[in-house]
Amino acid sequence: MRTPVFTIIVALVGAALFAAFRLVGNDYLFFAGYIVLQYVVLATAWNILGGYCGYVNFGSAGFFAIGVYSTVFFYTVGQSVEDIFPEFLLAPMQFIFPLPLPLLVVVAGAVSGLVGLGMGYLTLRLRGVFFAIATLALAVVLETFVVNWPFVGGSRGAYVIPPNEIPIFGPYIQFLFFLMLVLVVVALVVARSIERSKLGVGFATIRDDELAAEATGVPTLRLKLIATVVSGALMGMAGAPFPYYIGYIEPGSAFNLSYAVNSIAMPMIGGTTSWIGPLVGALLLGTLQQVATVTISSAVNLLIVGLLLIFFVIIAPRGIVGLVQDAIRKRRGERVKS
Amino acid sequence: MTDTGTAPPLLHIDRLGKRFGGFVALDGVDLSVPRGQRLGLIGPNGSGKSTLVNCICGTLQNETGSVTFDGTQIDGMVAHQRTHLGLARSFQLPRPFRSMTVAENIRVPLLYTVNARSDTHLSHAELDDRCMEVLKLVSLEGKASKYTTDLTQVEMRKLELARAMAAEPKLLIADESMAGLSHSEVEDIVALLIRMNERGVTIVMIEHIMRAVMTFSQRLVVLVSGKKIADGDPQSVIQDKDVVGAYLGT
Repeated sequence: MRTPVFTIIVALVGAALFAAFRLVGNDYLFFAGYIVLQYVVLATAWNILGGYCGYVNFGSAGFFAIGVYSTVFFYTVGQSVEDIFPEFLLAPMQFIFPLPLPLLVVVAGAVSGLVGLGMGYLTLRLRGVFFAIATLALAVVLETFVVNWPFVGGSRGAYVIPPNEIPIFGPYIQFLFFLMLVLVVVALVVARSIERSKLGVGFATIRDDELAAEATGVPTLRLKLIATVVSGALMGMAGAPFPYYIGYIEPGSAFNLSYAVNSIAMPMIGGTTSWIGPLVGALLLGTLQQVATVTISSAVNLLIVGLLLIFFVIIAPRGIVGLVQDAIRKRRGERVKS
Repeated sequence: MTDTGTAPPLLHIDRLGKRFGGFVALDGVDLSVPRGQRLGLIGPNGSGKSTLVNCICGTLQNETGSVTFDGTQIDGMVAHQRTHLGLARSFQLPRPFRSMTVAENIRVPLLYTVNARSDTHLSHAELDDRCMEVLKLVSLEGKASKYTTDLTQVEMRKLELARAMAAEPKLLIADESMAGLSHSEVEDIVALLIRMNERGVTIVMIEHIMRAVMTFSQRLVVLVSGKKIADGDPQSVIQDKDVVGAYLGT
């Protein structure tokens, strides 16, 4: 299937989902659905570096938080234009600010992509567990930086007040849900396009054997940098609308460990070698967590992730997609025999 | 087909040195390989053969001396840049891309090396044709759609050489391509390497199996403790008293 056709199909599925949620008319669906979709973007983004290239990134929360705090920064600038800018700049700045949320998403993507590039240059010569530790350290460094930056709220946090209603969409949460749906479409199209391109072949060689990849002419460092930038940018974009969703943001929630754990667990459970794996894993795990939050307690969420992860690592290390592929191959084999 | 005239050598190594901490792996090695030659490189375990290959191919960077390939000094270049220039290698232990089929393994150097050269851009159909052409050369065309886990040891070695050949190299370094193979399989690989050489590829073969080395080599170089101790006609080199001494410990 060609990319434009795939894009249209995913967009139509997204539109159908949005229409169905609006028909149900319960705002809670949008609140819960937003989180699930946010995890689809995070898991798909993680998989570009972790699944396609085999570089396990424990710093997803850091990239997500860059998106969150990029929005908080520009929101705060918008709130204090008169205090920040000299008088001759007031008129143009008041025209520019507050920045619309879709633009904030793009800006967050650019900022976290740039941080991804920097992180890549610093860490991509490391491999395996050393790389994973370095990415975790990056998240810790970023959190320390934010905690000590009063302009974005520091440790006490910052309020971002979303409007109650927005034209066309109505309740603001519906707009946020729609925006996240668009990001899901973007993330899936990007991931699938990479997978089927020369870039995807290069990523797979890095995952399989980096030394052999270099020997066959694959510019491994350049490709890994591309993966870190794309992955980081998508994670940042996923974080950008979050302050508007939650209303009050502090470092503990933006850099929450659950983002890092879920970003890894969801592709592992779904399957890491294809774009569909993180989607399946995030839909399954994200929905389960939302159901558990309502029916049992939100404290059960990480327990569910842990148990499922152990189950899949032992029973199906290639995830749900791997299980399905094995079943299809087995069936084909039986048909050939008979 | 060796070009032994006045033409500059394809590969020229000048006083190459490499240390690992206090251990001297290569100690001022000089070597020139003319175009089209079949060179055998032997030496006891730990003599520096693989380190020399790694320094030539860019997997390791030499600390002293220099490597010139096809008129270009390549010190400091990373491995993939050297591959793009026409320097390919096979590994001592086969390192296939395990998530890919045999044909997909061959496609990688075609995509990333052959297509990266400014004068070439193969279409999808041409890539497929070229894959089959290379696989035919190593008699693996019937396994094109198989995963590498389904290959035997000798087929894995052939795939390793085929993948190196797919990069259309000027120089191929075969690092112990026959280790662990049976008598007939060794003959198979030697014949394959000679066929590759007849297509105009200069080949440096590192090997412990002397029967294969003597059949293959037009010239023989011996490394011991990171130093070149003999270089010349294979028959005279294996009778050299320093070489005999290094192997027999006399």
